[in-house]
Amino acid sequence: MNAILALEDGSVFRGEGFGAKASACGEVCFNTSMTGYQEILTDPSYKGQIVTMTYPLIGNYGINSQDNESWRPHVSGFVIRELSPVVSNWRSEISLSAYLEQNGIPGIQGIDTRALTKKLRVRGALNGFITTEPISEADAVRRAQEWPGLVGVDYVKQVTHEKSFLWDESDEQSPEFKLVHGTSTADPRTHRGTLPPADIPIVAFDFGMKYNILRCLRQHGFKVRVLPASTTAAEALAHKPAGVFLSNGPGDPAALGYAVKAVAELVNTGIPIFGICLGHQILGQAFGGRTFKLKFGHRGGNQPVKDLESGRVEITSQNHGFAVDPSTLPSDVVVDRINLNDQTVEGMAHKTKPIFCVQYHPEASPGPHDSNPLFGRFRRMIEKH
Amino acid sequence: MAKRSDIHSVLIIGAGPIIIGQACEFDYSGTQACKALREEGYRVVLVNSNPATIMTDPEFADRTYIEPITPECVEKIILRELEEMRRIGANGKLVLLPTLGGQTALNTAMSLCRSGVLEKHGIEMIGANARAIERGEDRQVFKDLMLEIGLDVPISGTAHTVEEARQIAERIGKLPLIIRPAFTLGGTGGGIAYNREEFEEISKRGLELSPVSEILVEESLLGWKEFEMEVMRDRNDNCVIICSIENFDPMGVHTGDSITVAPIQTLTDKEFQLMRDASFAVIRAVGVETGGSNIQFAVNPDNGRMVIIEMNPRVSRSSALASKATGFPIAKIAAKLAVGYLLDEIRNDITRETPASFEPTIDYVVTKIPRFAFEKFPQADPTLNTQMKSVGEAMAIGRTFKESLQKALRSLEIGRYGLGGDGKPWRIGEKVIGDRDIFPRDLIIQKLSVPNAERIFYIRHALRAGFDIEQIFGLTKIDRWFLVQIKELVDFEECLAASRE
Repeated sequence: MNAILALEDGSVFRGEGFGAKASACGEVCFNTSMTGYQEILTDPSYKGQIVTMTYPLIGNYGINSQDNESWRPHVSGFVIRELSPVVSNWRSEISLSAYLEQNGIPGIQGIDTRALTKKLRVRGALNGFITTEPISEADAVRRAQEWPGLVGVDYVKQVTHEKSFLWDESDEQSPEFKLVHGTSTADPRTHRGTLPPADIPIVAFDFGMKYNILRCLRQHGFKVRVLPASTTAAEALAHKPAGVFLSNGPGDPAALGYAVKAVAELVNTGIPIFGICLGHQILGQAFGGRTFKLKFGHRGGNQPVKDLESGRVEITSQNHGFAVDPSTLPSDVVVDRINLNDQTVEGMAHKTKPIFCVQYHPEASPGPHDSNPLFGRFRRMIEKH
Repeated sequence: MAKRSDIHSVLIIGAGPIIIGQACEFDYSGTQACKALREEGYRVVLVNSNPATIMTDPEFADRTYIEPITPECVEKIILRELEEMRRIGANGKLVLLPTLGGQTALNTAMSLCRSGVLEKHGIEMIGANARAIERGEDRQVFKDLMLEIGLDVPISGTAHTVEEARQIAERIGKLPLIIRPAFTLGGTGGGIAYNREEFEEISKRGLELSPVSEILVEESLLGWKEFEMEVMRDRNDNCVIICSIENFDPMGVHTGDSITVAPIQTLTDKEFQLMRDASFAVIRAVGVETGGSNIQFAVNPDNGRMVIIEMNPRVSRSSALASKATGFPIAKIAAKLAVGYLLDEIRNDITRETPASFEPTIDYVVTKIPRFAFEKFPQADPTLNTQMKSVGEAMAIGRTFKESLQKALRSLEIGRYGLGGDGKPWRIGEKVIGDRDIFPRDLIIQKLSVPNAERIFYIRHALRAGFDIEQIFGLTKIDRWFLVQIKELVDFEECLAASRE
């Protein structure tokens, strides 16, 4: 199966297709994680994007039913250097190619992903078109150029749950992934950590939320009601939550006027709020600040973030193409975490209200667990409130 | 925080003569450390008995002692240097950095510490303190510590009677079992029991031979997958993984004799992150306050069970590999951390803009292949086991595993251009087999089932002789992922050969 990746600047990469026989437009971006392709594929934040992995060998450990970050993969297309000819891991259930095929997503392998990444680093993210169907190069480039792009488009409404629901009432999906020890006779495939009682009710705005955020919240004793992105402040408060969580999500944060309005109203009530990624960008706007598009986003599992209070450095998992402009923030909001690579804003806290947020992913998945204590910080903040 | 101003001179102990297991990698790390410390304005005093090293070149240290690396000798050097520092009116202390000269340096420093010499002269050890070194080096202390912090280790128990040994075997619940008598010279009387009869026999013999009638019965990890993590920690407790390594050869072959690959290939992110968490838990529990450590893991390929094998609380052979594989100069950074810098205060040498507090992510594969010299030692047993036998190594980088493997094989300078297909004959003792001839099945089976220097080539010979992946896996327990990669190379060789005909 021949495949083409065409970019809006006219460049064309020819390779071998895998996954589905299909075509798609999207913003081409790169992720530098060396493990975790399954979590990346199923993260709703990648809606509208064609993702390329900088690590060249992908598919080595297949796909299993436990490591999904949502109900399906969301990328428009997947671009890699070499698809593993074999799957080798005790948890694997299906190959990467078969998984993408089942979900109608085209993949391309055998292209020079290093050259592609270098281009994206110089030019910034580019619109592209990926196809495993017989389409001419000229048509492919034209399709990439005609695609309107991500800026100003609301992708959240495509990935948010339409109805509110209680997360994992039976506690089947939330326990932590664990490996069996010593002489344990537990089934290694179902062996999991234990959960504390769910004694703090909160609501979580779903802008395209990763399941592992919900799992982490539950692991910290939160009983979570998931709300559609378009929920108003009054509707959210009607559930009588002890706190509000704002999730990650795809696309341009400036296209979400309705969410910014709801969050601004919630901020005024003084209820404890914790935001991650898009949730952090929405809070930034609700505080009165603005967001801007980064030249090339932060996507990977090795971004160093400095906690300006403690001086500690966390290695974080990130996936964002926009950032909060610190010069637009009001004086009652403090930037308490920065990215050590480019000094951009990674965390904010309100000086007088119980509100904090981070641009990165403390739930990891994929990526390091360094920032997991932030869920505990949210809990302590609510308990003190 | 910044560098310590109470230090005037740093004493670095080198690795001494080149021996198997301790070769030029410690010259590389020591040289980096000397440069880094002089760059910071410290006076560097070096002791190394081996003048055929780069670090003993006059420009690398302020004073170099080509003297035997013994506690007695190092004590004399300490006395002389303290005298010298008084003479020049040095403002600050003399400290000892023992973690860059391999095991020799570490042992010498520990011996000076135990005998009270360091305390007597007020010499502080930087990089790792004596307690941390002891915790990392003493197998039982280390094992207990791992269990205490909730990590998994091979199941074992000590027995004083055959009945007790049977109970431990029952608890472990599977064969083979490893039996090690206590306090016998070189561990004589121990062995691996593959069945109940052998177990009874070896246990009985072990108890008889042990002067205290004690044996250790331990579960065998033969055939498990082996992994390594290179960790760094600064005095603000920031930890980073510099490099993850997966061994091509399963457990049972010394890491120094294993083909190794960076980064890890066959773990999901969930498993990888648990290994990362465990690595940090180990370095913290052992108490290596600053610098690098190497931590080794074994993973059961059938259920993912992950056990800690050992940790080296110092710059190790793998650190040199990890430095070259990732561009992160571990020894240099370790030296700077030892004098008080934090990871985010040190610049990343490659980007020149971002700090060293990050985890290298690479877009290529690194393969290291050990170089053996059995042709020079015809009497030596060429079987690979837990005692290191290689005399060097070649490392290569490629965008695929196949590319890096072929480049590394070619770099070994054993006359091969890769796995084979180069038209050169194979010599097996007196016998000569043509490059494209099919090898005899019994020779293939023998060479695959017992680890040896040529095993990698016999995977090719086996595939060409019609063995399938499952058969080769059964004989070698080498992960199928690696075997299929090699099969692709062999298939391509056939494709090239066919095109010529």
